[in-house]
Amino acid sequence: MARAISTKRKAINTVAAWSLGFLIFFPILWIAILSFKTEIDAIKGPLDVLSAIWTTESYSAVQERSDYLKHFTNSVIIALGSTLLGLIIAVPAAWAMAFVPARRTKDVLMWMLSTKMLPPVGVLIPIYLIFRDTGLLDTRIGLVLVLMLINLPIIIWMLYTYFREIPGEILEAARMDGASLGKEVLYILTPMAIPGMASTVLLNIILAWNEAFWTLNLTAAKAAPLTAFIASYSSPEGLFYAKLSAASIMAIAPILIMGWFSQKQLVRGLTFGAVK
Amino acid sequence: MATLHSRASARLMLSPAVLLLLAWMIIPLCLTVYFSFLRYNLLMPGEETFTGWTNYYFFITDPSFKDAIINTLTLLGGVLLITVVGGILFALLLDQPMWGQGIVRIMVIAPFFVMPTVSALVWKNMFMNPVNGVFAHIALALGLQPYDFLSQIPWASIIWIVSWQWLPFATLILLTALQSLDQEQLEAAEMDGASWLNRFWFIMLPHLSRAITVVVLIQTIFLLSVFAEILVTTNGGPGTATTNLTYLIYVQSLLQYDVGAGSAGGVIAIILANIVAIFLMRMIGKNLDA
Repeated sequence: MARAISTKRKAINTVAAWSLGFLIFFPILWIAILSFKTEIDAIKGPLDVLSAIWTTESYSAVQERSDYLKHFTNSVIIALGSTLLGLIIAVPAAWAMAFVPARRTKDVLMWMLSTKMLPPVGVLIPIYLIFRDTGLLDTRIGLVLVLMLINLPIIIWMLYTYFREIPGEILEAARMDGASLGKEVLYILTPMAIPGMASTVLLNIILAWNEAFWTLNLTAAKAAPLTAFIASYSSPEGLFYAKLSAASIMAIAPILIMGWFSQKQLVRGLTFGAVK
Repeated sequence: MATLHSRASARLMLSPAVLLLLAWMIIPLCLTVYFSFLRYNLLMPGEETFTGWTNYYFFITDPSFKDAIINTLTLLGGVLLITVVGGILFALLLDQPMWGQGIVRIMVIAPFFVMPTVSALVWKNMFMNPVNGVFAHIALALGLQPYDFLSQIPWASIIWIVSWQWLPFATLILLTALQSLDQEQLEAAEMDGASWLNRFWFIMLPHLSRAITVVVLIQTIFLLSVFAEILVTTNGGPGTATTNLTYLIYVQSLLQYDVGAGSAGGVIAIILANIVAIFLMRMIGKNLDA
């Protein structure tokens, strides 16, 4: 039985929670506002900024720096590419562990989780040198490979927890009726697994898009994604607040929107299924 | 029952992932260990010689090593403290009945989706800048002297920026866990006269322990490797004030081209991460079995 909550208490909760949410969200809101101001107005005090005229000139300025589009394309290719490649490798692995569990399946899963514990800086030098010698340095394919590998344990874990929820009896029944492995996967497993796979893809794109250790260290001019593009604003261009704001908003908007839609799945993916 | 045939095909399906992860772990790891025993500078190619433990000695006795270790651990401790305590408080608040809860959730979770380079630059320029930042404007309006956060208290400022990125994560996970708590249990306790504090301490906190463990574990993985935030705000300075182990190794190997010493640092970073990992995996294992 739900208790009746007094309206007064609900009002207090609402005010407190909204103030808190506003404070946490404020930096993002603030750059969204600054991005629509002129450079001269953007460095003024908060009240002067709000009353200043609105303009989209910063967005056109960032666009005109022709490299924005290049970095955006790099981000898209790297995020989608690493996700797709990861999925191709992870789906069979997760399927096998979920439906044909062996004695050591749990150990394998824990081991995969433990590979995430390897600090990237511990393997930075060999990867850097291997990439230099094989010509993978500053290429999109190189980053696709690295980001696929660092996120692979998360993809496998997440898919595993989703696949586990598909009742095995259905597969057995299909097998009894003479369905081949291929048919089993195509007609039974795929439709039931699509929601889980969609959330996995979404989370992985978010992680790959925001990854900022390997993308900063393994790229220079050609393959740099948006993380590196924004880093190039660190000085002295960072003092152009309106342009920095516009560039930042253009870099985070796609992921922000995707993230808002995938909050629930995010919890599950990031906790390796431990919290649902 | 799984047949022999399906076991074989399952092994076949699992092997690409296992082999790839194995290669990704073993090959670079062995190379890092190997390089750490060489005198190896990228500026002097072809002159690699075996030097034993010299690189380790050099790396550990470097005064910046001690600073880097202290910074790495204070960042870990500071951010974990802020995000776990803050996350519990925020989750408790957001779990209360209110109007527009969905919108508040969206606002609170947003920073987690902002890429590290953006959040670091936004805080550095738009907020902490002593001339044009929001904080400086507020200080002036109140008749106070603007404070130069990143040069006066650089490491605390970076802990703040990183906490802002991770607080939403902790809040979201703890809130999800809190919402799965059985309301009737709470009501029963209340009827039996348990105070709010007692209900929190004896019912809610034990229920959250698993989620807290997960939050600590996952944040630790990422916090030991904080890099981009330092690169775009302070470059590790002033001095070594904002250099953590990750950043020190980056400077040593990719800026000073000393692969040998950088690799020795890499091995130390791996050992440090493993100590933390063993400790945490044991904790999480206990919690997951329960």
